[in-house]
Amino acid sequence: MDWQRMLTLAAGELIAPQTAAFALAAIGLNVHFGFTGLLNMGHAGFMLLGAYGFAISTIAGAPFWLAFLVAVVAAILFALILGIPTLKLRGDYLAIVTISAAEIIRLLGRSTLFTDLTGASSGLRGNTYKATFQALSPLPDGTTAIGPFEYGNNLSNGWWVRIAAWALVLLAVLVVYLLVRSPWGRVLRGIREDEDAVRALGKSVYAYKMQALVLGGVLGALGGVVYVLPTSVQPDAMGRAMTFFVWTVLLLGGAATIFGPILGSMIFFVALSVVRTSMRELLPPDIFGPAQIEPLSGILIGVFLMLLVIFRPQGIMGDKKELTFHVR
Amino acid sequence: MSADPTAAPTGPGTSAMAGPSAALVGLDPRPGVPKPDAILVVDDVERRFGGLTAVDVDHLEVQRGVITALIGPNGAGKTTLFNLVTGFDRPSSGSWTFDGRSMSNVNAAKTSRAGMVRTFQLTKALSRMTVLDNMRLGARDQPGENMLAALARPLWRRREQEITEKADELLVRFKLDHLRDEFAGSLSGGQRKLLEMARALMSDPVMVMLDEPMAGVNPALTQSLLGHVQALRDEGMTVLFVEHDMHMVRHISDWVVVMAEGRVVAEGPPESVMADPAVIDAYLGAHHDTDLGDDALLADEVIEQLEHEAHAEEEEHHGKQS
Ligand SMILES: Nc1ncnc2c1ncn2[C@@H]1O[C@H](COP(=O)(O)OP(=O)(O)O)[C@@H](O)[C@H]1O
Ligand SMILES: [Mg+2]
Repeated sequence: MDWQRMLTLAAGELIAPQTAAFALAAIGLNVHFGFTGLLNMGHAGFMLLGAYGFAISTIAGAPFWLAFLVAVVAAILFALILGIPTLKLRGDYLAIVTISAAEIIRLLGRSTLFTDLTGASSGLRGNTYKATFQALSPLPDGTTAIGPFEYGNNLSNGWWVRIAAWALVLLAVLVVYLLVRSPWGRVLRGIREDEDAVRALGKSVYAYKMQALVLGGVLGALGGVVYVLPTSVQPDAMGRAMTFFVWTVLLLGGAATIFGPILGSMIFFVALSVVRTSMRELLPPDIFGPAQIEPLSGILIGVFLMLLVIFRPQGIMGDKKELTFHVR
Repeated sequence: MSADPTAAPTGPGTSAMAGPSAALVGLDPRPGVPKPDAILVVDDVERRFGGLTAVDVDHLEVQRGVITALIGPNGAGKTTLFNLVTGFDRPSSGSWTFDGRSMSNVNAAKTSRAGMVRTFQLTKALSRMTVLDNMRLGARDQPGENMLAALARPLWRRREQEITEKADELLVRFKLDHLRDEFAGSLSGGQRKLLEMARALMSDPVMVMLDEPMAGVNPALTQSLLGHVQALRDEGMTVLFVEHDMHMVRHISDWVVVMAEGRVVAEGPPESVMADPAVIDAYLGAHHDTDLGDDALLADEVIEQLEHEAHAEEEEHHGKQS
């Protein structure tokens, strides 16, 4: 077995755009769940909506920043639609509504109703919406190697998308950091603990929950945009499994921490890569073909998530005293 | 507000000895009696849960600047009445005003902002936040609670300092200062009660409503807590509290309102209301012959004994039935 290759592959996941995309989405989910206690079980819906918003408007001829704005606005509207009927009710209602709303987005996307826009179940090819982003690259063409990482500067899965993606992640971390240590963040944490107590202190709980839902949703949509920039928009790749992966990333890193989502995403994808490569290398290929490896790694992730919640509920970064997994 | 024209004009000018409670002297002790300067006026409020009428109050006025105790047996509807007037529950019918403003359709947050701040019977300490953050959350006018302003610390740092100073003062007053940086979840039940009360005071409320503030508080602390509540009144706050501890009721309240089965069955000064047959009826049932006004009777052991007897009687009753 080629350990060197396996390690290089795994290390590559540390800075992969996909890792950044999930970190971004998990930062958003952290605003929902970690800081406000909102149970969003359909985060992939925000991500898919962001991806569609960006890709469809770019294909329609929008410049990059307009397409970016469309993704953001789509997430804001989606958050409002989900939040208006549910945020006045008990927490479980939001969970149910977000699960189904995310499925509705995916099913609408893959249905033949809007084939002209969404490409139905085959989705949108990356080449059709990548150009505006690639054109922003300040990098010269060519290939750059830094340590074990060697990528084309401007290839669709190269340095430029990595730099932009991680810059966005850092910006999101900064904004969330500033917000959660502020009095605004204090109100959110109060709501997470007991919203009636916060109401009794004169805060408009509904408005705060809505703001948190919108902010986290926008970050999810940006995660979706980053996720599809190096690849393509595939509605079926952005369904329930994706939501659960984002949850895994968040709980792994530690809910209600600042850097937990980033660390969680890195560990998650490195571990996934190690698991996949070693299964491919070690298991007899005549029994475990690629068609078996995928679901098998999915099962491993599920088991891992269960073990995590049972044995280290506060995640890797979390403070055991404060940040135990806590569903209201 | 319903000013009684015959009541003597009273106010801050009254002698320190009598205090604001002097306004209540000579008031006819009957349910629903108008007060000379009522801050909370409740009219025909009814709350039904299915077939059960939890609250059915025809008229109730709470005098400004005094300590009013709301007592009554378990299930009398005291907490439900609290929930209604503080906007945490909606009445089946009825209306009320606070400080002259109609509040019947005002939500909990706005009611609190209008100056009527409550605590809960089942304490709501924010467990995974520090004691200090619990306190700060009680403050008003923090621009940093706005999402956009939150991003710019200079916009809210000054106010945060003021809030923190105030929180520290209150924590000292409530003897919680040594727990300032602990998570509220690590506090004892009594300490949480204190924290919740201190937190409610962060906003300088016009009226505080305390639902069983003494329940679970260490007896060593109750004495100082009584002092705090009296201090609030002396600072001009109106206090309405629900309490089972008759000792507390007798010693600090200026006026007592008694509820039973959703209704106000009696009200008056603490000394006389405890001797009211209606109250004895509501409370003790079997012990018609006892006088609740007797100080000795209200010693904790006696209450305990009464409860014990009542319990024994109940068991006997059950025994006969089966
Ligand atoms: N949410 C509710 N649903 C149904 N019944 C309730 C509810 N809240 C209170 N009750 C009933 O209303 C009555 C009054 O309760 P409560 O106000 O808690 O009494 P108290 O505080 O005086 O002990 C009780 O019989 C109680 O069971
Ligand atoms: Mg009660």
